[in-house]
Amino acid sequence: MTTLTDTPAPVAGTPATGPARQAWRRLRTRPAALASAAVLLLLVALALAAPLLAALAGQDPNTYHDDLVDSARGGVPYGAFGGASTDHWLGVEPGTGRDLFVRLLYGARISLLVAVGATVVQVLLGLLVGLAAGLGNRWIDATLGRITDVFLALPFLVLAIALTAVVPRDFPRPLLLILVIGLLGWAGTSRIVRAQTLTLKGLDFVAASRLAGSGRWRTARRELLPSLAAPVITYAAILVPTNIVVEASLSFLGVGVTPPTPSWGQMLSTAQTWFRADPAYVLLPAGLLFTTVLAFTVLGDAVRTALDPREAGRLGVGTRKETSR
Amino acid sequence: MTRYVLKRLAGAALVLLALSVLVYALFYIAPGDPARLACGERCNPEQIAQVREQLGLNESVFTQFLHFLQGVFAGRDYSTGTGVLHCEAPCLGLSYQNDQQVTELVLERLGATASLALGAMVIWLVVGIGTGLLSALRRGGLTERTLTVLTLAGTGTPVFILGLLLLMAVCAYLQWLPFPTYVPLGEDPEQWAWNMLLPWLTLGFFESAKYARLTRSSTLETLAEDHIRTFRAYGVGERSVVTRHALRGAVPPVIALSAIDLGTMFGGAVLTESLFGIPGLGKTLIDGVRHVDLPVVVGIVLLTGVAVVLANVVADLLYALADRRVALT
Repeated sequence: MTTLTDTPAPVAGTPATGPARQAWRRLRTRPAALASAAVLLLLVALALAAPLLAALAGQDPNTYHDDLVDSARGGVPYGAFGGASTDHWLGVEPGTGRDLFVRLLYGARISLLVAVGATVVQVLLGLLVGLAAGLGNRWIDATLGRITDVFLALPFLVLAIALTAVVPRDFPRPLLLILVIGLLGWAGTSRIVRAQTLTLKGLDFVAASRLAGSGRWRTARRELLPSLAAPVITYAAILVPTNIVVEASLSFLGVGVTPPTPSWGQMLSTAQTWFRADPAYVLLPAGLLFTTVLAFTVLGDAVRTALDPREAGRLGVGTRKETSR
Repeated sequence: MTRYVLKRLAGAALVLLALSVLVYALFYIAPGDPARLACGERCNPEQIAQVREQLGLNESVFTQFLHFLQGVFAGRDYSTGTGVLHCEAPCLGLSYQNDQQVTELVLERLGATASLALGAMVIWLVVGIGTGLLSALRRGGLTERTLTVLTLAGTGTPVFILGLLLLMAVCAYLQWLPFPTYVPLGEDPEQWAWNMLLPWLTLGFFESAKYARLTRSSTLETLAEDHIRTFRAYGVGERSVVTRHALRGAVPPVIALSAIDLGTMFGGAVLTESLFGIPGLGKTLIDGVRHVDLPVVVGIVLLTGVAVVLANVVADLLYALADRRVALT
């Protein structure tokens, strides 16, 4: 016999229903998303373990091997596949003979570091400005709104290039790239945060918190931030691959990280002279960059669909994605 | 309508003023010594002082900015030591490299950038709208899935990877085309077109992925609307529903985005230009950055700002013209 106070026994096989768990369940059913996640995990692991793997291969990214390149033919590596051997797993760089495998790994470190770092800056700034606009009075909102408009309309790549020119050469380049990309690209996040804040502000639980005596920032931290997590994570997932492309583009143009620090974009820029003689030197960094960006994009798309199924297949409204051309 | 345009233009002017203050502040105050940069590596202190005098760098930042604005609207004079150099009305300063007027330099390079942008636009409109429509109409089929994967890959790939692979395949291996070198349209239209073919294809295909996504989603949105259902109920043929009515809903956003993209490109499609060696604004910007030629950099950034802001106004107007339901307020 059951009494009213008895809690119903959990039925076996009932799915847990927290929003995070629901999202994970939806995500799990998409093979493309899982494959992308696997690729990215592998990449992150390789990037983190780069010094270890370099030691294992017995190479380091900056040692020249003049004996491995044919100086008579302008520095083309000896042997097939860009000079791949048991010593140099993916061959060597034409001209200098530096180990390509290790340089590609270190390139991944720079790429991920800059992209993720810049995303963090963008999200933090976007949260700050968006919350201030959403919670502040009419004038604050209008002023911040105008500023956001200006930043959304700015020619991103052009300004980023210009900014790299005025900062002294001895300023650490990866940090500079993080700051430049971060400071120029927060406007999209701020728009989303503001819109979401305005919606949430009218809801009962936020009003209740205010009535209970919480101050503005306490309410923002305790009530709004958790509800903002989903849209912000979704947008950040789209920002990371965009930032990877921006870093690669700046390095390709010669205004990104400075040599000898390896970077995929900068490798592709030198690769232009080796089309015919050493195709591996073009295809390896290009393939790696392409795969990374594609995996992030597919995963970002899947995360968006998983967190908000209604949004599936719809274009982000008012959050024009930056394109680097 | 006229009131709306005036209002928007006034707003645009304000944004541009803010942008010029920002850019001016960033580039003239933050870095080292512009006089030293202008003078070059091997200048002694007296020469630097002389250059500082000539460029008016002794004055306060505010006065300098006013002079800059004066140059933009009314022109200004520079003393060159031996004589006076007059810089005509939209004066953006003199290049540190060779004392060329920045306005002149920019106008000179605009042709190459325009050739690239307009040619690419033809491709992205045709390919983008075409594939977008196709994937909207063949929903759920293999065609749609293939196109979705292609557009996803396209939006993610950096433009220079596409360009590099095209160069490698077409010029290095198949040798169908020689490596492109820029020939101005006025010099030899045929050579111009052949040499621009690869840059057009690269930039056009790159952009078309975005347009395919946009066309697809706006077509699907229009097809789901009530009036389309009514047309179908009245027995209007599917072909006519699509070409006469669905397209009408799909095209306005495409036009608006094209206007904005075209505006941004007038600041130079930096990556495409530097990959193919097209001497447009983007390449000039990069060269300016390499030589720390601040007036050139500032001039191009400001010009891009003008182009983008105007493009936004034009985009909104075109949108309203193409879709009568949009009210201009």
